[in-house]
Amino acid sequence: MSFRIAPSPHGHNQRTTSEMMRWVCYALVPGVLLQSFFFGPGIWFQIILALGTAVLAEMACTVARDRPAFSALRDNTAIVTAILLAISIPSLAPWWVIVIGTLFAIVVVKHVYGGMGQNLFNPAMAGYVLLLISFPVQMTNWLPVSTISEHSLTLWQTLHTIVFEYTPAGYSVEQLRAGIDGVTMATPLDTIKTELTRGYTLTEIYQGPEFSYFAGAGWQWINLGFLVGGLLLIQQRIISWHIPLGFLGGLCIPAFIAHIFAPDLMPGPIVHALSGATMLGAFFIATDPVSAATSNRGRVIFGLLIGFLIFVIRSWGGYPDAVAFAVLLANMCVPLIDRYTRPVVYGHGD
Amino acid sequence: MSLFGAVIALGVLALIFGVILGFAAVKFRVESDPIVDQIDEILPQTQCGQCGYPGCRPYAQAIADGDDINKCPPGGEATIKQLADLMGVEAKPLDDAHGEEDVKKVAVIREDECIGCTKCIQACPVDAILGAAKQMHTVIEHECTGCDLCVEPCPVDCIDMVKIKAKPETWQWDLDTVKENIKANSIPVKVVE
Amino acid sequence: MSGSQTMNRDVNTAVIGHFPGGVHPPERKQPASSKPIRKLALPQELILPVRQHIGPSGKVLVAIGERVDKGQRLTEAGLSQGLPLHAPTSGIIAAIEEHPTAHASGLPEQAIVIQPDGEDRWGNKHALPDYHDVEISRLLELIQEAGIAGLGGAGFPTAQKLAQQKPLKHLIINGVECEPYIAADDRLMQEHADDIIAGTRILQYITRCDSVLLAIEDNKPEAIKAIAEAIGDDPQIHLKVVPTKYPSGGEKQLIELLTGDQVPSGKLPMDIGLLMQNVGTAYAVKRAIIHGEPLLERVVTVTGESLKQRGNVWALLGTPIQHLLDESGFTPEKKQRIIMGGPMMGFTLPSSEVPVIKTTNCIMAPTEQELPSPGPELACIRCGACADVCPATLQPQQLQWLAKAKDYDELEKHNLFDCIECGACAYVCPSEIPLVHYYRKAKAEVRNIAREKAKAEQARKRFEARQERLEREKQERLERHRKAAEERKKMQQEKADKPESKTKEGDDKPAGKSAAVAAAIARAKAKKAAQAAKDSPEEDNSAKGNES
Repeated sequence: MSFRIAPSPHGHNQRTTSEMMRWVCYALVPGVLLQSFFFGPGIWFQIILALGTAVLAEMACTVARDRPAFSALRDNTAIVTAILLAISIPSLAPWWVIVIGTLFAIVVVKHVYGGMGQNLFNPAMAGYVLLLISFPVQMTNWLPVSTISEHSLTLWQTLHTIVFEYTPAGYSVEQLRAGIDGVTMATPLDTIKTELTRGYTLTEIYQGPEFSYFAGAGWQWINLGFLVGGLLLIQQRIISWHIPLGFLGGLCIPAFIAHIFAPDLMPGPIVHALSGATMLGAFFIATDPVSAATSNRGRVIFGLLIGFLIFVIRSWGGYPDAVAFAVLLANMCVPLIDRYTRPVVYGHGD
Repeated sequence: MSLFGAVIALGVLALIFGVILGFAAVKFRVESDPIVDQIDEILPQTQCGQCGYPGCRPYAQAIADGDDINKCPPGGEATIKQLADLMGVEAKPLDDAHGEEDVKKVAVIREDECIGCTKCIQACPVDAILGAAKQMHTVIEHECTGCDLCVEPCPVDCIDMVKIKAKPETWQWDLDTVKENIKANSIPVKVVE
Repeated sequence: MSGSQTMNRDVNTAVIGHFPGGVHPPERKQPASSKPIRKLALPQELILPVRQHIGPSGKVLVAIGERVDKGQRLTEAGLSQGLPLHAPTSGIIAAIEEHPTAHASGLPEQAIVIQPDGEDRWGNKHALPDYHDVEISRLLELIQEAGIAGLGGAGFPTAQKLAQQKPLKHLIINGVECEPYIAADDRLMQEHADDIIAGTRILQYITRCDSVLLAIEDNKPEAIKAIAEAIGDDPQIHLKVVPTKYPSGGEKQLIELLTGDQVPSGKLPMDIGLLMQNVGTAYAVKRAIIHGEPLLERVVTVTGESLKQRGNVWALLGTPIQHLLDESGFTPEKKQRIIMGGPMMGFTLPSSEVPVIKTTNCIMAPTEQELPSPGPELACIRCGACADVCPATLQPQQLQWLAKAKDYDELEKHNLFDCIECGACAYVCPSEIPLVHYYRKAKAEVRNIAREKAKAEQARKRFEARQERLEREKQERLERHRKAAEERKKMQQEKADKPESKTKEGDDKPAGKSAAVAAAIARAKAKKAAQAAKDSPEEDNSAKGNES
């Protein structure tokens, strides 16, 4: 009698790459729900657009690279990339923004570099940076959060704005951003940056409507939502704790020290941790295994580097938030980090 | 005057450094293999002459003198890659004119047909055939490089080139070959490559 | 001192070290560990590959048709590393032929086929109940003659391992058995704890080591109890209970676990004063010395859900796997796999013709549901899960990239050869990459390259020697030609020289010669003239012409 041949080991624990990516999607839910609550239903349209573009782009690329069309979709990584990019951009950004960003992320950043597992940079963040540099106006048009906003758009109005860049009533996004007093409102981090340059102290800035409890109104809850999702990923062992810890440490420790020395010029660690894309970055973006360091020591260093770069750019750089830039810069350092954090192999120690 | 001083100072410095460099060049000279030896090291030493040179060393010499690196079928792709690295040139595909990369073989003489003409002995580049005139010849299997050169001169065509049989200790962990090894009725096997 | 007290004193769960990585696959040992070891019916034939261990094969001592007794030697040990083989039961040598062996390749090797006669008749046995007054070298010889190879893993001849003498810190007896499913050692410890301890004492006597560490994983409470009782109050044998984690039974991992030390790369445990033997080996040593029985049978775990009767069996060496399966109620599913060894490190058998050999500790016939085949291989996402579980702290993902790129130099720099092929990396890989398979192929390739290189070097030397010889022969030929030519020249010259010398002696020589000719001519002329004078005057003309 003859039998089937297979290489050992003959068993497998049942957590596949596709499942891991599915878990990442589940863990995004609390943050995304909060974001849609504070910024309106636009985020859902952005996600749908991004997913459609990503799936088509992924299929086109695999076919162009002579592989079965659905093979690359199986691992679900394109879906994660698409969602991450969609939730990083303003909810009312015109449709072509997310389409261009997703195309760039999938086609150039992922497939041109050799496809899944080969990309040097985090595709979602590379796409984000491309958009931020190319379309700065559209990419910074964040509405004030719904709790303090003058306007609240219906589903139809949102869709109309994304497609035609105007509400059915003819308001541009720029106009929607105006507060009660007619002054255009910005994101909390943006506000801090511009107001500080105008000579206000942080204490004064925090009096503004953009801020409540710990940090920016709305933004703090969204960040906490992503924190919850991130902790779920750690609990499920989808990601290890090393990168998020390094990330938050690298950001909050310098922020804390700076805050002690200049409490009115430097925002404290809590403001940093709960503003912008901090938690999304710490748990969902920096933890993309492909473009991160591989050893545990390396991961901590990688996280620390991102966190510190964010602190530096937020404090002294030209952009209010800096997760994308910091992640890309740290991606470039990964081969170096990996080289110097390679663990000692059994029997090669002293 | 200061110009003069500067020229002298620089001149003296140049002299000192020149002496140091000259000394270092002699003292710390790196003994490296002549390039021909390094090339010869890479070549598979089948001595088959398919490259058009009478053996590996002459071909190594020819490469060192600028010949193409893709004329060695027994070495195949791997050898070309190594040669390309060594010579700092682009690797290129094997030149078909010199033959194709093939599985490793050895020569085997059908001994009852051998007439003892010694022609193969003269043809063997590595002296791997034993025998004398009017005596049956035989190939020392582990010395045979599979170069094929003995096949042509044999007047009675009693030399076969046979594939080297895999043994458990030399087996290449190729699960694809398992079924043919045991000649069992084959079940389609999926092996991840 | 009562058993339980001994246990309390000796069972030491606080192991000193720990090793990095490791996995916890489902154990599934229960079907085998809970039932006594079964005896099997005699199979139709026994197939004994001549080579069952690392090293060259021995010389066959029997001929086809010969009757052999149980325990009779079939092969003679080779010079350096060989081990003799014995008839596991009495019978007739039916064939000596090439037969598929228990190797992942399924390649055939020379094997002796015995047809049992059912009498199970023992030949001579040389029991040695008291070995203490016997020389150690004699004991080693006996172990060698009993054909004992390490029964836990690679099957290195035990006597040779024992003979490499250096002072030992600890003798480690490995009863960890960390592979899932397998409970052969577990059951052996439960049923033959006294024999194992007796064997351990023999090993201890041979190695002159006063500290024995006997390690068992904490998922074998019955075995731990039995061994603790067998040890009694022996102060030199320490029972170490190690936490369950795969691969804690690996030689290097267990050493790190028990002593906190690592075996330096490329060295043997012996080099740091340690020696490890499997409990099965200790048992075999006891049978060999005390009872004079060579290694003829071993405990094999026969398990997997395609079998109705799962458990341990005493299998004679050479028992075809088919016989084991038949005796265990085998109902194959579609695309059935048969695995020799455990699910982590075992290899699939291409056919059930393969026999049980000295290192066969488990035969598995799992169902697809039980041990699902890996899905299609996806791209590596560098998640590092493999590096987290690697007990050798390698970088499996890096090795995988390098193996795919066939960068063999870099692979060696990344210490590919420190990989113990435990399979933990491939077990956890979310992209289901058959990592170990890549490493095995790369290792085989590296070894092959080294072999080719050695062969090329040899060929180069022979080629150069031949060139030299041809050159020498050419030179010699030329020399010969030159000499011959010289000789000829000399001869000619000599010939030419002779007259010359004479000329020198006296100048009359050419003259003399011509004089002789002239005289001859003159004589002829005279003759002719005389003739002409006799016959006609015309003849004189012709004679004149001749002369000119």
